[in-house]
Amino acid sequence: MTTMLKIEQVAKTFTLHVQGGVEISVFQGLDLTVDAGECVVLSGGSGVGKSTLMRMIDANYVCPSGRILVRHDEDWVDMASAHPHQIIEVRRRTIAYVSQFLRVVPRVATLDIVSEPLRAVGVDAEEARARAAGLLQRLRIPESLWSLSPITFSGGEQQRVNIARGFILGRPVMLLDEPTASLDAANREVVLDLIREARNRGAAIVGIFHDADIRDAVSTRAFEMAHYARQAA
Amino acid sequence: MIGAAQPILQADDVAHYYGRHRGCEHVSFDLFPGEVMGVVGESGSGKSTLLSTLYGRLTPTAGRVTCRTRTDESVDIHTISEPERRLLMRVDWAFVHQNPRDGLRMNVSAGANVGERLMAVGERHYGDIRSKAIDWLERVEVDAERIDDLPATYSGGMQQRLQIARNLVTGPRLIFMDEPTGGLDVSVQARLLDLLRGLVTDLGLSAIVVTHDLAVVRLLAHRLLVMRKGRVVESGLTDQVLDDPQHPYSQLLVSSILRT
Repeated sequence: MTTMLKIEQVAKTFTLHVQGGVEISVFQGLDLTVDAGECVVLSGGSGVGKSTLMRMIDANYVCPSGRILVRHDEDWVDMASAHPHQIIEVRRRTIAYVSQFLRVVPRVATLDIVSEPLRAVGVDAEEARARAAGLLQRLRIPESLWSLSPITFSGGEQQRVNIARGFILGRPVMLLDEPTASLDAANREVVLDLIREARNRGAAIVGIFHDADIRDAVSTRAFEMAHYARQAA
Repeated sequence: MIGAAQPILQADDVAHYYGRHRGCEHVSFDLFPGEVMGVVGESGSGKSTLLSTLYGRLTPTAGRVTCRTRTDESVDIHTISEPERRLLMRVDWAFVHQNPRDGLRMNVSAGANVGERLMAVGERHYGDIRSKAIDWLERVEVDAERIDDLPATYSGGMQQRLQIARNLVTGPRLIFMDEPTGGLDVSVQARLLDLLRGLVTDLGLSAIVVTHDLAVVRLLAHRLLVMRKGRVVESGLTDQVLDDPQHPYSQLLVSSILRT
């Protein structure tokens, strides 16, 4: 299979200058390769750095040492050292990052938020909105809410808007940080289907799922993070 | 779209000193077409001095500011002739002031404020100018019925939107903004930000936005410079700098935000 993501000898330490320069070592010497069609589930207890690693792949967190190579078209882009405008380009077309939390511009309608990733790759407004509507319907967001900003929505609704925005464009690398955390059973089923469909179309997926049923349903492999925890000195 | 093109503006080791006092120094960056860069820092950090130096209002004590013109020439904005510089500012650049009164002519109508810029770039047909002015007032969500009113009769938020219309009507490629939402109340700020974001994306503008408000840069800017005491202490992708700041001062800045 085509390799989509190569993480090589990555380490992460946070230095909290505001709190007396405390250093928190998260992991070191971490290697992970993910192929197209795989769904690798990060495992390990709380604080082992699962979300931190996800954010580093998306370049939301700084990667101080090692390389994080993402296949972007025919090139490998190192997210640890790429220029901001390259990272934005990789996020636009290659990496979809779905977190637990929705962060949006006030006043923008849900339908526009969900269609935005399509608009950003040049899909025309009408088609983008039609596809966004289809996905929102599938995720059971009532049509009466589509023209409103999701800021006032319930937690579960916001999360589904976030999922819709993440899945609307079939990007080849997907980072899923607890995408089903506050969903009921019916909605969770829809999200599981979306993840399976993404895997079947060849997306390389890295996920964090605390719920064992979900993990079993979508995972092709587990990656134990605890092996890379830095030993206490 | 942000891509492979040449930078539209380059700062190369730029400094400006007020006598012996450092305004800003050692500032270098490349700004690409379609890119929005935020400059953040507390009062006195040198961010407005930097903006004025980049815009050519202040002369750099050291370093160079180079810009790429519409005709794809690379020019040093501080050494080109005065007519060339004025043309550049009329055609390619725009400046949005914190206080709309500094960017508007308060004694002529809103329509004239917008139309004047069109006339400055050679438009002569009254009907065209008026219809473009109306179009732009609508784009910035000012009721077209108010076109003949003086800006002084507008609210602060409307004045700021009018200033933006006046600046964008001529289709600039690079826009400098100094605290564009400063002095506006919170709901008006959100509306203005949303509007600016839409315009910047739709028109593919490049922009440099100076602000002390981190929420503004999170929404508007692709990347950030964090300034302190006249120097850039950290730079990078906006969400990276805000979510995983590295420099002690950036960490302090981010951790000082009140969360609601």
